[in-house]
Amino acid sequence: MSKRKVRIATTSLAGCFGCHMSLLDIDERIVDLMAIAEFDRSPLNDKKTFTRRCDIGLVEGGCCNEDNVHVLKEFRKNCDVLVAVGQCAIMGGLPVMRNAIMHSEDPLRECLDEAYTTSKVLNPSKQIPNDPALPLILDKVYTCAQVVKIDYQIPGCPPSGDTLWAALTALIKNEEPTLDYALIKFD
Amino acid sequence: MEHQKVIQQICADLGNDPKRMMDILWTVQDRLGCIAPASMGLIADLTHTQRVVVEGVVSFYAFFHQEVQGQNVIYLCEDIIDQHAGFNALKETVESCLGIQPGQMTKDGLFSFYLAPSIGMCDQAPAALINQTPVTKLTPTLLKRIINNLRKGKPVAATIPKLGDGNNSHPLIQSMVQNNVRKQGEVLLSGHQNDEGLSKALSLSPAEVIDYVLKADLKGRGGAGYRSAEKWKIAADTPAKSRFLICNADEGEPGTFKDRLLLTERAHQLIEGMTIAAYAIEATQGILYLRAEYRYLQPYLESVLSERRQKALLGENISDTDFDFDIRIQLGAGAYICGEESALISSCEGKRGEPTTKPPFPAVYGYLGLPTIVNNVETFCNLPPILAKGSDWFRSIGTEKSKGTKLLSVCGDCDRPGIYELPMGIKLSEVLSSCGALNTEAVQVGGASGVLIGRSDFDRQLCFEDLPTAGAIMIFNSQRNILKIVNYFMHFFIEESCGYCTPCRVGNVFLKERLDKIMNGLGEPADLEYLRNLSATVRETSRCGLGHTSPNPILSSMENFPLVYAALLKEHPSGEQAGFNIQKALDESRIIAKRRSLIYDPDFSSGEGRGNQE
Repeated sequence: MSKRKVRIATTSLAGCFGCHMSLLDIDERIVDLMAIAEFDRSPLNDKKTFTRRCDIGLVEGGCCNEDNVHVLKEFRKNCDVLVAVGQCAIMGGLPVMRNAIMHSEDPLRECLDEAYTTSKVLNPSKQIPNDPALPLILDKVYTCAQVVKIDYQIPGCPPSGDTLWAALTALIKNEEPTLDYALIKFD
Repeated sequence: MEHQKVIQQICADLGNDPKRMMDILWTVQDRLGCIAPASMGLIADLTHTQRVVVEGVVSFYAFFHQEVQGQNVIYLCEDIIDQHAGFNALKETVESCLGIQPGQMTKDGLFSFYLAPSIGMCDQAPAALINQTPVTKLTPTLLKRIINNLRKGKPVAATIPKLGDGNNSHPLIQSMVQNNVRKQGEVLLSGHQNDEGLSKALSLSPAEVIDYVLKADLKGRGGAGYRSAEKWKIAADTPAKSRFLICNADEGEPGTFKDRLLLTERAHQLIEGMTIAAYAIEATQGILYLRAEYRYLQPYLESVLSERRQKALLGENISDTDFDFDIRIQLGAGAYICGEESALISSCEGKRGEPTTKPPFPAVYGYLGLPTIVNNVETFCNLPPILAKGSDWFRSIGTEKSKGTKLLSVCGDCDRPGIYELPMGIKLSEVLSSCGALNTEAVQVGGASGVLIGRSDFDRQLCFEDLPTAGAIMIFNSQRNILKIVNYFMHFFIEESCGYCTPCRVGNVFLKERLDKIMNGLGEPADLEYLRNLSATVRETSRCGLGHTSPNPILSSMENFPLVYAALLKEHPSGEQAGFNIQKALDESRIIAKRRSLIYDPDFSSGEGRGNQE
């Protein structure tokens, strides 16, 4: 009997989907990947819930709102190995810049005012988006590892297709992933 | 307009010299109450530097203020020893009497209130500096009385109960500080030598003096334990127009106060020692870098300097030789990091007290680029007896690798806190029994940057080969919370990091955050590993001694008090981080959005059960 395919889930939290785009940069190797693995919950196949427990979860982006936290906890619950992919997931990335507003009495309000009411960015209504369907924003941006335990981190903004391939294939083979210097050298 | 003239005058008096920025800023603040942003531009113009440079210096030092201060300024010492001795009650007293928090000024402009990390009075804690006058063994009642009298215009000196012993009641000091000398050893505190050491030195050649001290095997008393004369030799062997000598009296290590005693009671011996060292390295100028907390000693020290100048023991042609050497006092402004020699030199040069990259070491390239020797107060005080009584005599005291005696500043939970001069190599347990420490649980040896040791280590020896210390022995009995002590030290390092290098500026904050997490009962076994790894990074990658030693309290307490940590740790098998609290993270958002969470407020859904609807 042939071995079952490794199940992979992916999600993008407070990220830009750049890491997912980079995953597609593995190009034709995706055919090899599909021979040994399958995607469960992932924006790549538009599956929005877990259908079964997964071996590997790839998380792009950190947590800036309650939905991010919720999804991340779901991933932790449903994945054996959870990987933070890219700078936003590891350190907060661009979104975490709002954490720099820390000396204010009310940092969150100051951040929203700066973004929607007082700044010169065109927003004629001066309204702060507050549709009931929008998830509540967190007091600050949290990295994935601040919310749940993370097993591996793949650095890069985004990590290159080659980097993701090297890490992913090692994880699929149940080996300790190592990244060559060239794969994590950014300048 | 008026201010402008004052500032012009002050700068002119100091030669419009940017190297004297510390003195310029002190004088401006003394005269005008603060160093206002408007003054900075003017000072910059007058000293031919940039405004940002001046502001950089002002913002670096804790005692310099850009906002107007109250007529009376209260600095309450928040050291861990003071905290154990009643700091909280004093803080509440100030807050209730004056209605202000630390960092604030009363509306009537009468009082400003600040916290100070350590003012060198741990043997008579709790203490405060009120209008730069140290007030010790402070009680809420006394504090209230001082505040009320200040309101009536009576100075602090009129309210303090009685003057201290020895030179503390000298007309130029007039302080209530007690010397608390508990044990006089044979090198530093027994009898005066009356400049016998200096005459002996002047009868030798400079190279012979270096050899003499080399033979005595005197090691620096500031903590690092480098052989003093070897450092001198490097400076002496560096070709230069002139060389420079600095005495480090920036005793900022929490729990240390031995230099306070030497400056008060052995000022002549100190200056004599500096003169001997200056002769050895052929320096013609020196600086005594005095920490701002000891400013009350400055008039007295100035008088000692001028007395010695009159007796031809300082200045030109010392003792009728062709040796010239003079000393000026440089006042610090409240920065622990300035105890690091290259930071201290930066400060003497009128800059921010940031350490420099080494090499070059100060002995080769120091103050204004000159070969510079920086030694601790106690090191210099050792020189006159060594010269007078001989290196063999000195070598006969102490252990194999640590010669002479050591001044210990003993404080905390014991009956007789104070100064003990004991031979190097004394067992900690002997110190504990002579100071009357009962039920001792832990001892922090070497101040904040030292190590926290437990009962099983009390038989270790205080010397360079076993437990090195610059002198601070902080004693904690079994009532004290070990983690709270460690946490205070981390708070101290965060405050005192100069911020130049990332491992120290950021690493110490992360170390404290993780410690907070453990203390809040949210710790997991993996946190210990994190603390160990991060400590190693901070240690190995920081630029100066502050970062090299700041993880010590955490590492040593983890090693010596593992059960204290273990009792607070538990596994969280769910995979979620205990330190993250979603409810707290959403509080502000709920208020701003005026609605509740669809996911996390139970009346909208049951617990976290939204997942299946997605």
